[in-house]
Amino acid sequence: MAYTEEELKKELETKEYEYGFYTDIESDTLPIGLNEDIVRAISKKKNEPQWMTDWRLEAFSHWKQMEEPEWANVTYKKPDFQAISYYSAPVSKPKYDSLDEVDPELLDTFKRLGISLDEQKKLAGVAVDVVMDSVSVATSFKKTLGEKGIIFCSISEAIQNHPELVKKYLGTVVPQKDNFYAALNSAVFSDGSFCYIPKGVRCPMELSTYFRINQAGTGQFERTLVIADESSYVSYLEGCTAPTRDENQLHAAVVELIAMDDAEIKYSTVQNWFPGDKEGKGGVFNFVTKRGLCENRAKISWTQVETGSAVTWKYPSCVLKGDNSVGEFYSIAVTNNYQQADTGTKMIHLGKNTKSTIISKGISAGRSQNSYRGLVQVHGRAENARNFSQCDSLLMGNQCGAHTFPYIETKNKTAQIEHEATTSKIGEDQIFYCNQRGIDTEKAIALIVNGFSKEVLNKLPMEFAVEAQKLLEISLEGSVG
Amino acid sequence: MAFENRVDVNHAVHDIRTQAIKVFEEKGFPTKKDEAWKYTSLNALLKNDYSVFPEQESSIEFNDIKKYFIHDIDSYRIVFIDGVFSSHLSETTHEGIDVCTMGAALTKPKYQLVIENYFNKIVDKEDSLTALNTAFSREGAFINVPKGKVVQKPIQVLYFSTGKESAQMVQPRNLVVVGENAYVQIIERHQSLNLNPVLTNAVTEIHTSKRGIVDYYKIQNDQESASLIDNTYISQQQNSHASVHTFSFGGKLTRNNLQFLHKGEYINSTLKGVTIIEDKQHVDHSTLVQHATPNCESHQDYKGIYGDRSTGVFNGRIIVDKEAQKTNGFQQNNNILVSDKATINAKPQLEIFADDVKCSHGCTIGQLDEEAMYYLRTRGIPKKEARALLMYAFANNVLESVKIPEVKARVNKLIAMKLGVKIGFDL
Repeated sequence: MAYTEEELKKELETKEYEYGFYTDIESDTLPIGLNEDIVRAISKKKNEPQWMTDWRLEAFSHWKQMEEPEWANVTYKKPDFQAISYYSAPVSKPKYDSLDEVDPELLDTFKRLGISLDEQKKLAGVAVDVVMDSVSVATSFKKTLGEKGIIFCSISEAIQNHPELVKKYLGTVVPQKDNFYAALNSAVFSDGSFCYIPKGVRCPMELSTYFRINQAGTGQFERTLVIADESSYVSYLEGCTAPTRDENQLHAAVVELIAMDDAEIKYSTVQNWFPGDKEGKGGVFNFVTKRGLCENRAKISWTQVETGSAVTWKYPSCVLKGDNSVGEFYSIAVTNNYQQADTGTKMIHLGKNTKSTIISKGISAGRSQNSYRGLVQVHGRAENARNFSQCDSLLMGNQCGAHTFPYIETKNKTAQIEHEATTSKIGEDQIFYCNQRGIDTEKAIALIVNGFSKEVLNKLPMEFAVEAQKLLEISLEGSVG
Repeated sequence: MAFENRVDVNHAVHDIRTQAIKVFEEKGFPTKKDEAWKYTSLNALLKNDYSVFPEQESSIEFNDIKKYFIHDIDSYRIVFIDGVFSSHLSETTHEGIDVCTMGAALTKPKYQLVIENYFNKIVDKEDSLTALNTAFSREGAFINVPKGKVVQKPIQVLYFSTGKESAQMVQPRNLVVVGENAYVQIIERHQSLNLNPVLTNAVTEIHTSKRGIVDYYKIQNDQESASLIDNTYISQQQNSHASVHTFSFGGKLTRNNLQFLHKGEYINSTLKGVTIIEDKQHVDHSTLVQHATPNCESHQDYKGIYGDRSTGVFNGRIIVDKEAQKTNGFQQNNNILVSDKATINAKPQLEIFADDVKCSHGCTIGQLDEEAMYYLRTRGIPKKEARALLMYAFANNVLESVKIPEVKARVNKLIAMKLGVKIGFDL
């Protein structure tokens, strides 16, 4: 065979981050630094009502007293919060009805990302609310959704047009002072998505948003609020890629899900922020707070594919407050080169007969560190709570690490909790078997990794699953030991 | 300080002690803010005003304490009363092997080399409680088994507290050195004789040389006024086997810190435990196996049954270093809650830096199987006995690997007592 390991290695080392480019759109950027005036300015720029400004200021005053958490199994140079510009938005805020009106350069960006709006509209039936540098610039399928009474818009629009809903639910699942990054986000969030599904409505399509960090040196602070009213259903997709950048970029998003009685929310993420180059230089810091609240008989399902970011710190959680509610967490976290991921979930069982399932697959290669950190907590009144957790890790090479930190706390004798974790490598015999059948080593690895991750990939909506599979391959290229 | 008068300040150990005092002064007692103590608080224990060095010597008669020995086997015995060695209750030896006291080992010149080589070498010097013990411990068991010696009978190490002081703290320090191809079995127990509060902060160091085998049993069935912080550090050389069985049934608060450090290839480590507690008892198993070398194995299996308002903690850690390829690490923790007020906190952790390893852990929390109960009841077995049978079966995995039949029988009896039933057979 002509293709040797060395050649493969060389090719991969020279391989640049595929989605690393920078869109040149004039931006309206606030001066760097953070103080009350900046918070006020952000609020004013977005033309927010007084209660929202006060809410942000309250969060800011909490944030000032908080310390950056250090317990995660990651090391990085802490961002200087006074050296970041907290707001940047494309200068004009066009609201298009058709794609023709969109800035051609922006359209080109989408093409390079492979998410042509046009195509997606037709083929996938996905309504895409594109968040380009914090402000929503394109929304589609709004009318179809409007007929069903579904509200799907940017959170700034929601603050203007549906203040009663935002006021009622914002911060109820992730309070302003929940943690350091959630407080920061609450104070300075620039935009994000808002979604409300009325009673008894089944959302006819997958709702989806693409986030991109675009303006040099701006942190992205997204705020997402999804409310599924009684007996409704929604599947929500979130995916991201980011351009190559040298200095570290901070991403501190907050996602709140509320599933009322009998409602179901499925939230899928493909995260592919810039992970830094092969020396570990640059890359995005991804410090995200995601949490969902389940009322009676409600169900929240988190699915995530994490391949990007230099440092990931993310624990999508479910508070199973209502009786008979269900929480699910399916995750694939891939780290390569110098990436670090500390991710997992929290399942808080409060109601009776609550169930939760955790399937976490960690794949570490290169010099990366990949940790699963999870909490399963069963409170005294949570009769018959049931949890099953499975955390599998796959190691590629002896420079990387895979860690498992599960916390299990039970205060009820009727609880049934099972946790299991395994760590292994790709077997030489497996590779040999594939080689024998004419499958080269790299393909074989992709095949095996796909098999390893199948349980989670299966949970993704179809169009995402394809993308996720590709991402896994890209992320792991060159890790063949 | 009065304590200084009793030790030889010129001895090399004096420097180690001085250093340890500094560490303790700096760190103090651990609090819930320390990740390793997240689920165990010492606050309630530290309220007592403990006397650290009992003034009066106490003596007890063998018949009063006979039941605490495994007396139906011939054994060496090292017995301490309120931290002071009791020669008339003990049976020590210097024939071929050394089974004596740390007090002797620290002062006699012939042991100087052993002390220099092994004392305080593998402990976590930054651990405040271990440092406290290093600073103030006076006595303990010293067991030195030279190359090729097989100790023919088990060694029992017993610590009694008479409770003459209103509250007492004892800090035993044991050192076990197992030479190449040597073999030793040790049974350890802490027992208070009345209901005055006792806090024991013990440190045991065990060094196992090439192909050495050490088999250690800890029987914890103390009064509910007594608390125990037991720190055990084991280092293993190539091809050695070390196993520690911990049976926790008694005591108010028990914290077992058990750490294995690998220093050679083809090592086998076994950590097993059965915990059956009730009332407001609290048992915390905190284990660490540090796989630093290739081709080693570790097996952990901890079972717990928690009743009333008791709390169980399992904090198991396996670390596999980059060099430790072909490691086989196994960890299992199963728990049964039998009361609404009982709590179990488990944190089974894996930290793996090598790729060619097989590591797994499993952790379950559940109840007795209703169908199994039903099966037994239909066969005319009363509820209480049926429950006990199922619990026996649950704990049996751990008992299977106990190599001394008398220890197994004793533990079975203790389990039966704890469950309040009589079962007409031994498992």
